[in-house]
Amino acid sequence: MQLVLERRPERSRVMALASPLIAVALTLATGAALFALLGKPPVEALKIYFLDPLRDPWALQEIAVKATPLVLIAVGLALCYLANAWNIGAEGQFLIGAICGGWLAVKTHGTDAGYWVLLAMLLLGAIGGALYAAIPALFKVRFGASEILTSLMLVYVAELLLDYLTRGPWRDPKGFNFPTTAEFDAVATMPMLIEGSRLHFGAIIALIVVAGATVVLGRTLKGFEIKLVGAAPRAARFAGFSDKTLTVVTFLISGALAGLAGIVEVSATINHLQPNISPGYGFTAIIVAFLGRLNPVGILIAALFLALTFIGGESAQISLKVPLDLTKVFQGILLFYVLACDTLILYRFRLVFAPKVAHGVR
Amino acid sequence: MAEAAVAAAPTLEIPPAPDEVPLLEAVSITKLYGDFVANDAINLEIWPAEVHALLGENGAGKSTLVKMIYGLLQPTAGEFRWQGQPIVLSGPAAARARGIGMVFQHFSLFEQLTVAENVALGLDKAELAGLDERVREVSRSYGLPLEPKREVWRLSVGERQRIEIVRCLLQDPKLLILDEPTSVLTPQEAEQLFRTLRVLRKEGRAILYISHKLEEVRALCDTATILRGGKVIATCDPRSETAQSLASMMVGGEVGAVRSDGAKKLGNPRLVVRNLNYTPDDPHGVKLDGITFELAAGEILGVAGVAGNGQDELFAVLSGEALADDPAAVRIDTRDAGRLSITERRRLGAAFVPEERLGHATAPRFKLSENALISGHAASPMVRRGFIDRAQARAFVDRITKAYDVRKGKPDPEAVSLSGGNLQKYVVGREILREPRLLVVSQPTWGVDAGAAAAIRQAIIDLAARGAAVLVMSQDLDELYEISDRLVVMCAGRLSAPRQTRRADRGEIGMLMAGVGMKGTANAARP
Repeated sequence: MQLVLERRPERSRVMALASPLIAVALTLATGAALFALLGKPPVEALKIYFLDPLRDPWALQEIAVKATPLVLIAVGLALCYLANAWNIGAEGQFLIGAICGGWLAVKTHGTDAGYWVLLAMLLLGAIGGALYAAIPALFKVRFGASEILTSLMLVYVAELLLDYLTRGPWRDPKGFNFPTTAEFDAVATMPMLIEGSRLHFGAIIALIVVAGATVVLGRTLKGFEIKLVGAAPRAARFAGFSDKTLTVVTFLISGALAGLAGIVEVSATINHLQPNISPGYGFTAIIVAFLGRLNPVGILIAALFLALTFIGGESAQISLKVPLDLTKVFQGILLFYVLACDTLILYRFRLVFAPKVAHGVR
Repeated sequence: MAEAAVAAAPTLEIPPAPDEVPLLEAVSITKLYGDFVANDAINLEIWPAEVHALLGENGAGKSTLVKMIYGLLQPTAGEFRWQGQPIVLSGPAAARARGIGMVFQHFSLFEQLTVAENVALGLDKAELAGLDERVREVSRSYGLPLEPKREVWRLSVGERQRIEIVRCLLQDPKLLILDEPTSVLTPQEAEQLFRTLRVLRKEGRAILYISHKLEEVRALCDTATILRGGKVIATCDPRSETAQSLASMMVGGEVGAVRSDGAKKLGNPRLVVRNLNYTPDDPHGVKLDGITFELAAGEILGVAGVAGNGQDELFAVLSGEALADDPAAVRIDTRDAGRLSITERRRLGAAFVPEERLGHATAPRFKLSENALISGHAASPMVRRGFIDRAQARAFVDRITKAYDVRKGKPDPEAVSLSGGNLQKYVVGREILREPRLLVVSQPTWGVDAGAAAAIRQAIIDLAARGAAVLVMSQDLDELYEISDRLVVMCAGRLSAPRQTRRADRGEIGMLMAGVGMKGTANAARP
């Protein structure tokens, strides 16, 4: 008797929907085992991690705040991945977006500049992220350099640049030597949706981006081009679509969205630049993109779930005394299961009872 | 493999006298792919110490037959006999255990490993001792000089082929199958290969030699079996035939029903190709060398030729998937089109049907209405200001369905779910319904059932009758005789002078396809 993986005659629609759910279930089971190994009560731990935040209004708001950058980045990444362009460096584009937008906030600090500042910051953030993403894209189409490697390596360049700026030229002289810029002025701050809360206007931007991406992918020739280049490159060439141009275009879009996420995050929640402005949104967004099946609406749901792991991780750190890095472990396990479960869409398991013997010569 | 050899021993103990039974006999071997008959009751005898040629055009069923002999495919019906005993060749290992070795057209070698290491990969552990010495010895005694310690990437194509041959010879085969071995060799290398093969014959080994090069077969082979359309057409002694007579057997002697409307009025030249040269990026591609022809409105020009002689490259350069260096090398309706994209050429009224319907003409997992956009987005109401009008796309699919009788399970299925014939009708219909002024179509009826093939040919003829210029590339000579007005032959990246199809002699066309009598034909496959 043996277990074999065999190709399905056609893709399973049931599995296309079920595979992210199976992946989440497997992640929870593995998480329970992990907690047990750490000597924590597994059921209690999972409850603190994944259920308690859902009952707390503050935590719910925080989930939306954390989901905002994830949605913005992941929608852009989904466009890339659908087109077979592998942007792994959204984290770097996020940081560069924050730097470019933050530059204007730093430069206009203490002047009587008007409300155009915030709009200009958002624009600069998007442009900065796009230009930073253009580097690996151009290297890819011009020299054939793997965009996976170059985009990833540029993350570290961006991190060090931000570190340098906040410790060096842009440091707040009145900041007691902390590596931060001055607090942004009111005109450089994202307005809140509800007075006194942390839920900011960026969440609306994220929803608009989801709606826009849904229309582009579902209704426009550009969306068709993106899907065709990724799914059937030869047919795409026959259709007259250039995979090289599209690589650059999707990298520019995803870089712009990541950069926008960066400046939204900084102007709305942190209000200044500092070396550490992202808990790895750019990488978590990769998981979000795949968990959401590269579909904008799916991404919205997946981003809320991943945001939950951030919040749950923080409260688990407090009440269970488990390391915060456990959150990253959870996210890694989740990506692993998501990719593994996707196999089930095109393949299925079958038990074979009479193993086929290769009868050599009769 | 060792176990299989042991298992095979009992039958080998009582070998009948080699002169009385063939080494390998195929008895009424039939292979079906769905409804398609790839091999139709093939009978074949291969005797010891015989070089046996298997001749035929592409698609004649040579590869299918050979793959069954090597155990890669199982026959649907019929049986193989080995020295008179019925056998089942369940896989290549079983075939090798019997003493059947095969050298493929495409090598499977690891570039970074040495000659000896590559040979070792095919052997059992027990056989590895003293391998270098054995490789050197075998290669020397058969005139296949090889240095065991050299890395493969340093070697020429001819030397690489020797590795494959030595790999087979180390297993002491009784039957060696060679699949178009000279297609990658220079004439000198080929000459050396022939010497080796003659030595092997002298040792009593049988060789099954697959080729479509007639002169070569006449020089080397004792027997030739000619396949056409999956059937054995003749078995003969090639030395007592002429290249001419072999060619006409290969491509079919009887001239099909040719259209008699000879007084067809042709319009202005619509596609003019002048001295078109093109070097593909792919090192295994075929270089196009000075392609020149004219195609008039209302005319159907047939391009005959064995696959892999530059047809793919010509299609790519004509469609705009690949660009010529010289803009004037391809002119559509007096406009220089050599550097125009496929979309721009479509806007000039051109349409294209590539050979591969799944993956090239269509995206397998996309619905038919989405696939309609692949060629339709260039100029049609299906796309307006960048937005897709799905209702229009679905209506277009309905029109194709109605006009070309595309059978499908639901109104708008994925392309992959259609049968080959229906998908081909969809693809041809998709292009013809756009009423192109120029249609370039490759293998319009490849692997399509007879009914669909007739419908597709009729659609092409009707399109030309409405004044469009049509270029048809096909390996099915009967098809070209049936629908084309003029014929050219493509071989090794060059094009022959055109002939009136009605007056074209099949034997002569067959010779040109085999590269005989082609003016200044270079061996384009040569590295």
